[in-house]
Amino acid sequence: MTSLDILAAAVLNGLMSGAVYALIAVGLTLVYGVLHIINFAHGAILSAAMFAAYLAFQAGVDPYVAMVPLALIFFGLGYGLQRLVIGPASHGDDRNILLITLGLSIVIENLLLAVFNSDTRTVDVAYGFSTLDLGFTFLALPRAAAFGVSCLVAVLLWILLAQTDTGKAIRAVAKEKLGASLAGIDVAHIYAVTFGLGAACLAIAACLLLPTYYVHPRVGNAYVLVAFTIVVLGGMGSIPGAIAGGLFVGVVESLSGLMFGESLGQLGIFVIFILVLLIRPTGLFGAKA
Amino acid sequence: MSKTGKTGLSRRRVLEGGAALVAGAVAMPAYLRAQGAAIKIGILQPVTGALAFDGAQGQIGAVAAIKAINDKGGIKSLGGAKLEMVFGDARSTPEGGTAEVERMAAEGVVAIVGGFASPICLAATQAASRYDLGYIVDVGVSDQIVSRGLTNTFRFAPGFGIVTKSALDNLVTINDAAGKPARTVVLVHEDGLFGSGLAKLMQAELPKRGFEILDTIAHPTPARDMSNVALQIRSKNPDLIIPSSYYGEFVLLARTMQQQKIKPKGIFCVLNGAASNYRFVKEFPEAAQNVMDCNHWYDPRNAVAQALKKEVEASGKFFTYNVALNYSGVLLLADAIERAASADRKAIVAALASSTFAGHIMPYGPTQFVGGQNTGAAPVNTQVQDNDIKVIFPASFADAKPVFPVPA
Repeated sequence: MTSLDILAAAVLNGLMSGAVYALIAVGLTLVYGVLHIINFAHGAILSAAMFAAYLAFQAGVDPYVAMVPLALIFFGLGYGLQRLVIGPASHGDDRNILLITLGLSIVIENLLLAVFNSDTRTVDVAYGFSTLDLGFTFLALPRAAAFGVSCLVAVLLWILLAQTDTGKAIRAVAKEKLGASLAGIDVAHIYAVTFGLGAACLAIAACLLLPTYYVHPRVGNAYVLVAFTIVVLGGMGSIPGAIAGGLFVGVVESLSGLMFGESLGQLGIFVIFILVLLIRPTGLFGAKA
Repeated sequence: MSKTGKTGLSRRRVLEGGAALVAGAVAMPAYLRAQGAAIKIGILQPVTGALAFDGAQGQIGAVAAIKAINDKGGIKSLGGAKLEMVFGDARSTPEGGTAEVERMAAEGVVAIVGGFASPICLAATQAASRYDLGYIVDVGVSDQIVSRGLTNTFRFAPGFGIVTKSALDNLVTINDAAGKPARTVVLVHEDGLFGSGLAKLMQAELPKRGFEILDTIAHPTPARDMSNVALQIRSKNPDLIIPSSYYGEFVLLARTMQQQKIKPKGIFCVLNGAASNYRFVKEFPEAAQNVMDCNHWYDPRNAVAQALKKEVEASGKFFTYNVALNYSGVLLLADAIERAASADRKAIVAALASSTFAGHIMPYGPTQFVGGQNTGAAPVNTQVQDNDIKVIFPASFADAKPVFPVPA
């Protein structure tokens, strides 16, 4: 194996991981862009979604088959959570929402702990060990699938926001809440739809992760910090920013891991993160405030 | 004394009488205990937080041991007094462990068993020493735990030093017996206290024993991906991989190596989180096959251990070493209380210090504490063979022969 082969394989690995990071970050950035809050329950909802996918697998449903139904279920859950819990409890104050999502994350994590214990669980799917031989490396099929689906979801989400009435309403609320409500848009409904979309992204990410990753009640935390970084890096509230940021962070993490050791893989991300904040505080794709 | 009522009993009189009763009770503890008053023992485990799985496993062992002792008639030298568990959740942090020790001390426990992680054990033993509470460490492998001169602290299981020395000796023996097929090694370790410490020891010791270390790869916990680690291993193509990681990361590594078709002559783990875990073996039989581990393990030939394993598995749980270690730890404590014939904390500490207890379910000789460390304790080498975890070393406890080098 030449060093160029390793480098190419590492970039490929980074892209594969980065696509899933991007999908998780898209949900986060969408909620930020519209509701203007950081959703601290994002990681806990990801853990919950992974357990849902795990349960589906136990019931004989393949994670890839469960993806669409679970996305719909989690859309409903997210919608309900915002409409019935977060919205009413916030009394219109953004700071309250912050604390409520933090509280929700604790409740969800501990519910999962109570129901499933803290056992680390994995699923063994038939294609779990299938690989594509690319000559210089073996590309695991589940990771390639995760890459493809993540990109597809990003495109669908972009079409939804750009072309549909709901998408236009979401963008209107994101830009000017008061104006949107004066124009007849039901802001509470749009808030809940946005939160639901974020949760649906997580359900899809969960189904993509499960064949190659493990699940336990705190598993979401492993992803949510990097998702926060991506959201800030790409520009808070920007979907193209989250996607580009996710792929970028994946590659940077992979390469710096290879060069400086896995433990310092995060170092590369945060050095670039600080540089971006210094030079372009709005993030790569963020609009000026 | 104007408040003397019609009964002729003043408040002072009543108080005096009460005080006399209390004094009597204190002066006659043996009399009270002869009636079988329960003896409270503290069980400390992290059952919430990052270490919750291990804590819950330890709790299973402790509960089973208390039940076994009580079913057999309790502590006989104290008139059949039953053991009563006071459980504390260390919440996976040293502060959590300390707080629970304080609570247990206030609730009147006579000694404490458990802790699991080294940082929790370090803090909890120190807190317990303030109350003269004997503390039996169940797992905590850091040798710092027994090198601070705390007379209340007893570690029943082997520590880091003993385990790594045994691991190296076993590795050399297994390799020599197979005609020295392995010469080159890649070390993979998690970057915390446990993995880094182990890697450092290995880097110092392996070359002395004729092995060449090609690379040392550290990874964080939790790691989201092991593909790059696998890449590096593949490019180095070592005979042997020595990983020291927690459960999730080792499972990821083993799966990624299987995906990337990396097949070394052997995977030799030290204190690995997964290689001695039935869940891993059950869920990934192919990735787990022939993985060796030098770790804590129960005595597979012990009848009590076999019965306990069946019982635990019947309840849908996995029989991990935490179960066996905590079961044995509680038995060790009960034996000390029995010999001390007293619920006095200091008497129990003295009885633990002079313990020669051999009725445990671990592959150890009789217990003997030197500076708080049980010198009778030793790890064993296990290997995953045919969907089961077998003991391959030392020969006196083995129930299988090593498969090495692993057939291609």
